[in-house]
Amino acid sequence: MIVFDGVEKRFGDNVVLSDLDFTVAPGEHVTLIGPSGSGKTTILRLLMCLESVTEGTIRVAGRYLSHMEKGGRLVPADEKHSREVRKRIGMVFQQFNLFPNMTVRGNLIEAPTRVLGLSKDEANARAEELLEMVGLRERIDEHPSRLSGGQQQRVAIARALAMQPRVLLLDEVTSALDPELVAGVLALLKRIGETTDITILCVTHEMGFARDFSDRVMMFDGGQVIEDAAPAQLFAAPEHPRTKEFLKAVLERP
Amino acid sequence: MTVGWDWAYAIEILPALWQGLQVTLLATALGSLLAFALGLVFAVIRRSRVPVLDPIVRGFVELWRSTPLLVQAYLIYAVLPGVGITLSSLTAGVIALGLHYACYTSEVYRAGIDAVPRGQWEAASALSLPRHRVWLGVVLPQAVPRVLPALGNYVISMFKEVPLLLAIGLVEVITVANQITAQTFRPVEPLTMAGILFLLISYPASVLVRRLERRVGVI
Repeated sequence: MIVFDGVEKRFGDNVVLSDLDFTVAPGEHVTLIGPSGSGKTTILRLLMCLESVTEGTIRVAGRYLSHMEKGGRLVPADEKHSREVRKRIGMVFQQFNLFPNMTVRGNLIEAPTRVLGLSKDEANARAEELLEMVGLRERIDEHPSRLSGGQQQRVAIARALAMQPRVLLLDEVTSALDPELVAGVLALLKRIGETTDITILCVTHEMGFARDFSDRVMMFDGGQVIEDAAPAQLFAAPEHPRTKEFLKAVLERP
Repeated sequence: MTVGWDWAYAIEILPALWQGLQVTLLATALGSLLAFALGLVFAVIRRSRVPVLDPIVRGFVELWRSTPLLVQAYLIYAVLPGVGITLSSLTAGVIALGLHYACYTSEVYRAGIDAVPRGQWEAASALSLPRHRVWLGVVLPQAVPRVLPALGNYVISMFKEVPLLLAIGLVEVITVANQITAQTFRPVEPLTMAGILFLLISYPASVLVRRLERRVGVI
């Protein structure tokens, strides 16, 4: 579903990702862990076309994301091409990023009507169904500012799902939440993981969640994958010394 | 010329001054609308770095901000007929005010746009929203309310600059005051009364703007 092939990302002289190859299978749940600045979030931002690669290519569902084919050659993708491929990739942000000028309903129907061309009725039905699932059906006509952080994040998850994504990117989605609100959001994500076949790429510091939720965990350090294994194995018997060190630091956090 | 203050005379000239003030208000209203619309277009062009247009707008704003409104009004009114465009004093005046103030309002809008968090742009782009929806649906509805007080202040200063347009023959309130003076040789009452009329409108307007500032929070 997702193929990174020799990807490099540099900001000036600062190499954030170097010669990165990995593949994520359809429906797979992959968690990216690693110290901050190790390049995990950059991967999500590349997939979202919020950044572009400096070397290599990215393919999603068989189509080039970072590039497009033009006259038999690969050229950097233009905005139209990126938008087309990205349509089926959803992202949930650490800071929710709901649109404060719209109601919850507005947030959920904006992109389905404007981008996917759904009718207002179809989009509304979809919005109500998703809000039912995240437990916020009765808040549909309120503005996001009236909701708690956890509720806003659940709306943001519903907003991403309203686009019926084949790939969902989760960028530290519980990091900005008060501790007592984290469990509700994680439970919702688990339910989504169990009941859909969406491919999920997740950056998180919640190791318990990573263990239960993912099929695979990739440990990043210095812009490269230094360990890539099933969670049971990686958490129980990490091989790389940097992984051991990182897990120790994270798990012993007060 | 006689000095001293004559109340009867001051009251008597009020209807004529009011006529002039209506022209001043009309020029301010139309000039503001033009400045609001054009400033917004300038700001969006600058902020989205539209090729070709961006440097043109930037150059125009720099040039126009560095020259006096009076000169610009005169150019529009007196020089354009040379290329076959003849405008009335009011039309030329409104265009001059609108263009001049658009250079300032565009900076105000830009500050408002820059104050919209980056996450909003990213969320809009993650949802693949088309560019016009990012602007009209997400960014501007958040940016514009915050800059309304600043725009209001520019309306007030524009209002006080309309008398400059007497240079291109606009019959606004100060022109009327001058005409009265020319007939009566008593300048104190007409100019004072005109000044009071300005005060009666500007002061409540600035109080309103301050109230608006408190409501939306200042940038």
